[in-house]
Amino acid sequence: MDALEIARWQFGITTVYHFMMVPLTIGLGLVVAVIQTMWHRTGRPEYLRMTKFWGKLFLINFIMGVATGIVQEFQFGMAWSEYSRFVGDVFGAPLAMEALLAFFVESTFLGLWIFGWKQLKPAIHLACLWIAVIGSVFSAYFIIVANSWMQHPVGVEMIDGRPVMTDAWAVFTNNTALVAVPHTIFGALAVAGAFLLGIAWYHLWRRRHDGIDTLGADGKVVPGESAIPGRDRTDHAVWIRSLRIGAVVAMISFAGTAITGDLQGKLMFEQQPMKMAAAEAACHDGTGFSILSIGNLGSKNCDDIVAVIEVPGILSFLAKGDFTTEVKGVNSLIDQYKADYGTHLPDNPIYGERAGQEIQYVPVMEVTYWGFRMMIGFGGLAAVAALAALWLTRNGTVPASRGLMRLAVFGILAPFGANAAGWIFTEMGRQPFVVAPNPDPSGIDQVFMFTAAAVSPGVSAGELLTSLVVLTVVYAVLLVVEVKLLVKYIRGGVAAAMPELAHAPADENEDATPKGGGPGKPGDDVLAFAY
Amino acid sequence: MELLPTIWFIAIAVLWTGYLFLEGFDLGVGMLMKGFARNNTERRVLLNTIGPVWDGNEVWLLTAGGATFAAFPLWYASLFSALYLPLLLVLVALIFRAVAFEYRGKVDNPRWRARWDWAISLGSLLAAFGVGAALGLTTTGLPLNANGDREGGPFAWFSAYAVLGGLAVVGFSLLHGLAFLALKTDGDVRHRARKWFVRLLPVLLLPIAGWAVSLQLLSGEAWTVAAVAAAVVAAVLAWNFARTGAEGRAFLSLGTFLLLGSASIFGAAFPVVLPSTLNPEFNLTVSNASSSDYTLGLMTVVACIGLPLVLAYQAWTYWVFRRRVSGDHIPEAHSFLPAIAAKALAPKD
Repeated sequence: MDALEIARWQFGITTVYHFMMVPLTIGLGLVVAVIQTMWHRTGRPEYLRMTKFWGKLFLINFIMGVATGIVQEFQFGMAWSEYSRFVGDVFGAPLAMEALLAFFVESTFLGLWIFGWKQLKPAIHLACLWIAVIGSVFSAYFIIVANSWMQHPVGVEMIDGRPVMTDAWAVFTNNTALVAVPHTIFGALAVAGAFLLGIAWYHLWRRRHDGIDTLGADGKVVPGESAIPGRDRTDHAVWIRSLRIGAVVAMISFAGTAITGDLQGKLMFEQQPMKMAAAEAACHDGTGFSILSIGNLGSKNCDDIVAVIEVPGILSFLAKGDFTTEVKGVNSLIDQYKADYGTHLPDNPIYGERAGQEIQYVPVMEVTYWGFRMMIGFGGLAAVAALAALWLTRNGTVPASRGLMRLAVFGILAPFGANAAGWIFTEMGRQPFVVAPNPDPSGIDQVFMFTAAAVSPGVSAGELLTSLVVLTVVYAVLLVVEVKLLVKYIRGGVAAAMPELAHAPADENEDATPKGGGPGKPGDDVLAFAY
Repeated sequence: MELLPTIWFIAIAVLWTGYLFLEGFDLGVGMLMKGFARNNTERRVLLNTIGPVWDGNEVWLLTAGGATFAAFPLWYASLFSALYLPLLLVLVALIFRAVAFEYRGKVDNPRWRARWDWAISLGSLLAAFGVGAALGLTTTGLPLNANGDREGGPFAWFSAYAVLGGLAVVGFSLLHGLAFLALKTDGDVRHRARKWFVRLLPVLLLPIAGWAVSLQLLSGEAWTVAAVAAAVVAAVLAWNFARTGAEGRAFLSLGTFLLLGSASIFGAAFPVVLPSTLNPEFNLTVSNASSSDYTLGLMTVVACIGLPLVLAYQAWTYWVFRRRVSGDHIPEAHSFLPAIAAKALAPKD
C-alpha cells in the first residue's frame, strides 16, 4: 500500500467508526429530550426513570463521539493537505461554523444538563437538553454542507486554479445537502428506535422470565413487583413505553429515510450519474433495476456481470419518476467522463507515482452495488421488525420466547449497518474524485479534484501507517470498553442509572418531582451528579 | 497590509488564547490527578471542579483549528501535515482523556479508576505538551519547501523550540490548574493548591517566558516587548495575591499574564503565520496563506454573532457551577447489582 491508499483506509476506518457513535447521539438525544419533556408535563415516575436510564446510555456513547470527532477535523490537514489547500476557501467555513455555532452549544449545554439536575430549575434544565440536542442537529447540518460540496460543488469560481467561494447562499443551501441532512437525521432516529426497542424488549422478557410479570386470564399482562430495587410495577411501564416509542420511531424514521433517499437518488442521477450506475451495476443503458446481479462485479469492463433478476422500469422510476426513460449505464458514462475529464492523470508531481496513469472512472462496484442494497435491506428489515414488535407486544409485554428476545437485541445492529453501508456507498461511489465534478452545464464543471491529488505530499507512508495502526488499535480497545459499559448499565436497569431507587425507593417521586425541589432541603450539599 | 486577513490573524490568536485560558486549567487539573491528589475523594473533588465545563473548553481547540482551516487554509494544511506524528499524539491523548472523564466513575473498582486516572493525567500532560510544541513551532518555523510541505522526514520538525513551546504550555497549565483549584475547592485541597502555586510559580512560568523572550529577540517590536514586561508584572501580582490568600485575584492575574504573553508572542510573529526555516521566501504570511475576502467577510459576520454568544453562555455555566467543591459534596460511589443476571443471554437456563 502506498501513502494514498493508507490515508484512504484511515479516513474510512475513522469515519465509519465515528459514525457509529454519532447517529446514536443524535437519535437518542432527541428521544431523551422528548421523554424528559413528557416527564416535565405529566410528572409520572416512569418518564423520569426513562430519562435517567436512556440518558445514562446516551452519555456513555456521547463521549465516544466527542473523542473521535477531533480526529476528523485534524485529519484533513494532517493527511490531506493538498485537499485542504485546494478546497479551504469554501470547505473550511462550514467546519469552522460547526465548531463555533454547534459544538460549543452542544458541549456547554450538555454539561449543564448532566451536572445541573439540582442547580437549575426543572424547565431550564430541560431547555438545556433541548438546546444541546438541537446543537447536535446543527452540527450534522454543517458537516453535511461540507460533504455535499464534495459531492456537488456549487457557489464557487475557479481563480488561480482554486475554487473560491462567491455565493455562500448556494453553498449552504446546496440541494444535495438539503436532502442529505433529513436523510441523516432519520437514519440517526432509526438507530435510536432500534436501540430502545431491543433493550426494552430484553427487560420485558427478563421480567417475564423471572416471574415478575405474568399473563392474566384475558391474555393481558399483569405487572408484578420484585424485591430488587427498581423492579417494581413502574419498571414495567418504563420498558413497555420505551419499547413502543422505539418501535414508532423506527417506523417513522424508515419512512423518512425512504422518502429522502428517493429524492437523493434522483439528484444523484443528475449530479453523479456514474455513482448511481455503479450502485445498480447497470452496465448498459436501460430501465431495469437489478434485484440480483452475479458475475465479477470487480471487473472493470463490466462485461462479466449478469443481472439474474431484473425488474424493468424501476431504475427509470428511481432516476426520473417514470418507467420508460433510458438511464445511462456504466459503459456509456465511461466515454462521457473520459471526454470531459481526461483519460490519464496529468503529469504533475502532485500525483506522485500515479502521474500519467489511466483514470479508472468506475468505482469499486462490489462496494457500491452491495453497499446500496445493504443500506436499504438493513433499514427495511428494522422497520418490518418494529411493526412486528408492536403486534407481538399488543398484550402489554413481550412473548416468552428467548429466540425472539435475542433477535430484538441483535436487531439493534441493523440500522447501524444501514448507516455505515450508506456512507461507504456514497463516499466510495464518488471515486476517483474527492471533489466530484458538477455536470450541470450552467455550473462550474472544472471544479473537481482527483483523490490521487489530495493526500499530503510531505507525509510519508510510514507516518500514515503508524497513525492507521495506532488509531485502529485505540478505537478497537475503546469499542470493547464502551460496549462492556453499555451492557453493564443495560443489565443494571433503571436502578443503575438511579442509585436513589436502591437507597430510598419511597422518596423517588418526592425527591425529584418537577414542581418540587429547590434549595434548602437536607442532603442538598451533595452534588446531584458527580464524576 | 490587508484588513480582513489581519482581523482573522487576531481572531485566531484570540481563539488560541481562549483555548489556553480555559482548557489550560482543566489540562492542569487533569495532570494534578497524579502527584497532587492524595486519595480517591480528592481526585473526585478535582474532577468535579472541571466536570461540567471541560468539554466546552475543548471546543476552543476545535474552533481554533476550524477557523485556521477556513481563514488560512495554507497555514492549516502546512502546520498540520508537517506535525503529523506530534498531532497524532495529541489526538490519542485527548481521546483517552475525554473518555476517562466519563468512564472513570462508571465502575466501582480501584483498578479501573487507577487506569483512567493515568489516562487523565498522562493524557492532559501529552496534550498540553503537543499543543504547546505546535504553537511554539508555528511562531519559530518548520522546514517547509516552496509548496509548504515539510522536508526532511517525519521528525524534521523537532527543535529546541518544540520542547520550549511544549514545556511552556505544560507549565502554564499546571500553574493555572493550581490557581483554579484554589479558587474552586475548599478545605485541604484549596490550601495545598495555593501553597503549591506560590512555591512553583517561578519554575512553571519559566518556559513560557523563555518562549516569549526568544520571539522578541527574533522579531519583536516595541509594543510586544512592553507586553512581555507587563506580563511579568502580572505574574508577580498573581504570586503576591496567592500568597495573601486572594485566590480570585491570583487567578485573574495569571489570566492577564496569559493574555499579555500571548499578545507578545502572536504580535511578534505577525505578519508571518508559519516561517520556513529553509528559505524565508517560503514563509506563510497573513497575506499569502489566507482565504478570499469573500470567505473572510462571511466568517467575520458569523464570528461577530457566534463568539459573543459563546462567551455569554459559557460564562453563565461558570456562574451556575460557581460553588466551591469539597469532599463533603461528593456522593458515595455506588456499586449496583445487575437487575438482571449475566447469564440471561446465555444459551440455556
